Amino acid sequence: MSKRVIVDPITRIEGHLRAEVIVGDDGVVQDAFVSSTLWRGLEVIAKGRDPRNIPLMMQRICGVCTYSHYLKSTMAVEDALGIKIPYNAELVRTLMNAALFMHDHVVHFYHLHGVDWVDIVSALSADEEKASKLAFKYSDNPIGTGENELKKVKEKIAKFAKNPQGLGPFANAYWGHKTFRFTPEQNLIALSHYLKALEIQRIIAQMMAIFGGKNPHPQSLAVGGVTCVMDILNPARMGEYLVKYQTIADFVNNAYYADIVMAAEMYKTEPSVMKPMGVKNFMAHQDMMVGRNDYLFESGVIMNGDLSKVFEIDEDMITEEATHSWYKDDAPQHPYDGTTNPNYTGFVDGDTVGPDGKMISSKMINEKEKYSWIKSPRYKGEPMEVGPLACMLVGYAKGNKKTVKVVNDFLAKTGVPAAALFSTLGRTAGRMLQAKLIADNALVAFNNLIENLKVDQETCATYTIDKNREYKGRGMGDVPRGMLSHWIRIKNGVVENYQAVVPSTWNAGPMDSKGAKGPYEADLIGLKIEDLTQPIEIIRIIHSYDPCIACAVHVMDTKGKILSQYKVDPLYGGCTI
Amino acid sequence: MENSSLFDKLSSRLDELSNLPKLDDEVSISKLIEEKGFSRREFMTWAGAMTSMLMLPASFTPLVAQAAEIADRLPLVWLHMAECTGCSESLLRSATPSIDSLIFDYISLEYHETIMAAAGWQAEQNLHNAMQKYKGRYILMVEGGIPHAESDYFLTIGAHGKTGQESAQEACADAAAIFAIGSCSSFGGVQAAYPNPTNATALSNITNKTVINVPGCPPSESNIVGTLLHFILYGTLPALDVYNRPKWAYGLRIHDACERRGRFDAGEFVEQFGDEGAKNGYCLYKVGCKGPYTFNNCSKQKFNQGTSWPVQAGHGCMGCSEPDFWDKMGIVHEPLGDRLYHTVFGGLGADATADKIGVGILTVTAIGIAAHAAISLVKKPKE
Repeated sequence: MSKRVIVDPITRIEGHLRAEVIVGDDGVVQDAFVSSTLWRGLEVIAKGRDPRNIPLMMQRICGVCTYSHYLKSTMAVEDALGIKIPYNAELVRTLMNAALFMHDHVVHFYHLHGVDWVDIVSALSADEEKASKLAFKYSDNPIGTGENELKKVKEKIAKFAKNPQGLGPFANAYWGHKTFRFTPEQNLIALSHYLKALEIQRIIAQMMAIFGGKNPHPQSLAVGGVTCVMDILNPARMGEYLVKYQTIADFVNNAYYADIVMAAEMYKTEPSVMKPMGVKNFMAHQDMMVGRNDYLFESGVIMNGDLSKVFEIDEDMITEEATHSWYKDDAPQHPYDGTTNPNYTGFVDGDTVGPDGKMISSKMINEKEKYSWIKSPRYKGEPMEVGPLACMLVGYAKGNKKTVKVVNDFLAKTGVPAAALFSTLGRTAGRMLQAKLIADNALVAFNNLIENLKVDQETCATYTIDKNREYKGRGMGDVPRGMLSHWIRIKNGVVENYQAVVPSTWNAGPMDSKGAKGPYEADLIGLKIEDLTQPIEIIRIIHSYDPCIACAVHVMDTKGKILSQYKVDPLYGGCTI
Repeated sequence: MENSSLFDKLSSRLDELSNLPKLDDEVSISKLIEEKGFSRREFMTWAGAMTSMLMLPASFTPLVAQAAEIADRLPLVWLHMAECTGCSESLLRSATPSIDSLIFDYISLEYHETIMAAAGWQAEQNLHNAMQKYKGRYILMVEGGIPHAESDYFLTIGAHGKTGQESAQEACADAAAIFAIGSCSSFGGVQAAYPNPTNATALSNITNKTVINVPGCPPSESNIVGTLLHFILYGTLPALDVYNRPKWAYGLRIHDACERRGRFDAGEFVEQFGDEGAKNGYCLYKVGCKGPYTFNNCSKQKFNQGTSWPVQAGHGCMGCSEPDFWDKMGIVHEPLGDRLYHTVFGGLGADATADKIGVGILTVTAIGIAAHAAISLVKKPKE
């Protein structure tokens, strides 16, 4: 008989997320549902405000991808008002973006996703000398893998491991699970990088703060450009960025890259990470300007995994629907006209697999009705995957030279066929390849900025907002989790309507009216789970998307209804005014 | 005299805490600091800096050092409510390896969804176990506003669909000390801005216990670490302002120690981003800086280990450590006088005149006195 398994909270992500699967006697997932369980309503809050205030407010959608929404929101206002920002500002924004991407990806692989791949307890039985030599197989200049260093890492973790309570944040995880594939030596190498990455991420954050004032939530963009003119005119400041950049690029090339090559080697026979993905449609948007008309990322759409054709994005074809989301107005809507009235119908009572394997009474998703605060975005009615893998595939298929080089080198180094990219492993590799693309190429923007400053020191365009005019615009691009778009309408000098369609919404959305599933849910179906009380396979797949759920849930009514007048009964459903 | 009695009080509290069992007998923070290659001298320099940040006399440095060394008696539970994880991120940015971060590495982080390895049932077990095992002893830090009252369902956590409000209340019940980290848990935050569609509120509104607010969006890592040290030194009740913010961190206005203060005094203002004034570091008041109305130590502590802070990056302060700043601080890039929304002080004192004073008279003392007077009028202690 089939059983239901709930994972809630899914930890090591941003936000509040629940996954539920229905598993047959053979341990294979027959159906899957993913629900976001927090709603904040930022878009209704945006309404009626001065457009210049919106970027800093929208930045608060997320403190992890802490620059993404700030940037796209600023761009949306600029697009609406018809502002062309100075070239210097474009380049500075790219330099901050480079820091964000490398930060997000390093932290994601090591601190969020890492322990789905790396068995920390197994690392304790590693031979340091062997591990130290092994590291040279994956990198010519390995980082943090000298014999003595590895010995110290082992000692440090051994102290933790002696006392199960003492494992602190590592306590009660799925150590020893049979789907872990690294040898003890490989685990030790990755563990050393986990610790090293804690320091590295702080340096990357400083890199952003040089031009951003702080991280998280930098504060140096204004509608029209950037405000950090003193910093970019200061050679010492520029030098500081450069030195940190080189440290990070070295880590990306010699630790992160090496570890993914190692993962590709060891996990390419592990079914839970090689299972073909459920949705093979990909979408990505141009971003990361490094010079005039020179972008690291390309725009395009790939359908059914066919890399021989890349379609241009038709922005009119982007919709969101709420058939299975806790909102009224089920039908698909374009973001410029989106409505989002909450209609919480809660969970239902039922029995699910408990922590000891016995059935336990829980609150379950009611999949026949509404079950998530995330809506279902569709492109031409189809679900799409967005994210670093989509970005790399689109760039590759379009023949972007820098992208093609990075991808081909990786395929050659690992011997993995291109088809294997359409998997959880591919998604994890795609993220690293994007970090490498940036580490290898973003300094082009740095050099162009220095050159340009010699002849032009403009950093911020001036503009006026005509209160008698109506404006609309959008800010679009690819951010660390994928294609992000912010859509704004301005009337009477204030925000009339605001919507953001974010990467995690594309990936984590529930079913649509036709029953078509989004990437998270579709990917879980067919997955074999070895032990229902330790569903690491589920977490591994979900984590490979780098979920950012506060990002995904943000949407709100745009038709002027005052939502606090709704009274909603959380358990029995229905929404009464 | 006063100092010596305070010294005695803090000493005896530290002695008391030192007698508590360590969470792990194998190692101690002082040993760890040594292992990381910090000399005693460096450690004491850091303790001295912390002492001055905590607004204690320099003679208290040994006590602060001792407080840091016995931080390993502290189990910590960190809960996520309606938030963006920015405060956790700020904590993770804590230092390049520095003593601040070591302290956080070393206190026992029992529950923290962003970094813990366990998930689902196992994660819930960890929380439950920590709350049982360290009943009455754990520190609770909460990040995020709390959808409350009859709309608490806007946040549920766990297979039993428990609401965020219920989880937070349970965790508050047996905590030794409760800290609202960030402006969301301190005051409701961005989701509580008008019209507050989810009825999000401050942590202090859903518990009867004392909550110490550490606002900021996010607060700097030093304010988070300092809060912990302060708790070790004092127990749960540091000197607080009317918004329950520790005075050591939130006692001064941004404006008071701003690096561009001299420009303000001289009447040199950035008129437009990117202009000559901006290149020369003029005062940002006319492009919307809310430093004169904002109580925080950003201008002294900065962010990311002193790398920068918004005013240094040419962008005014947005007032993020003040209650309801989204609604009350007006337009980010205009002086407070020109505004669409209600302002912090409801049109009183500085609020009504700051713009004119700032731009016209340019008398620092006038604005300072006016702001202070207005704040004293409006900020009444909580009942």
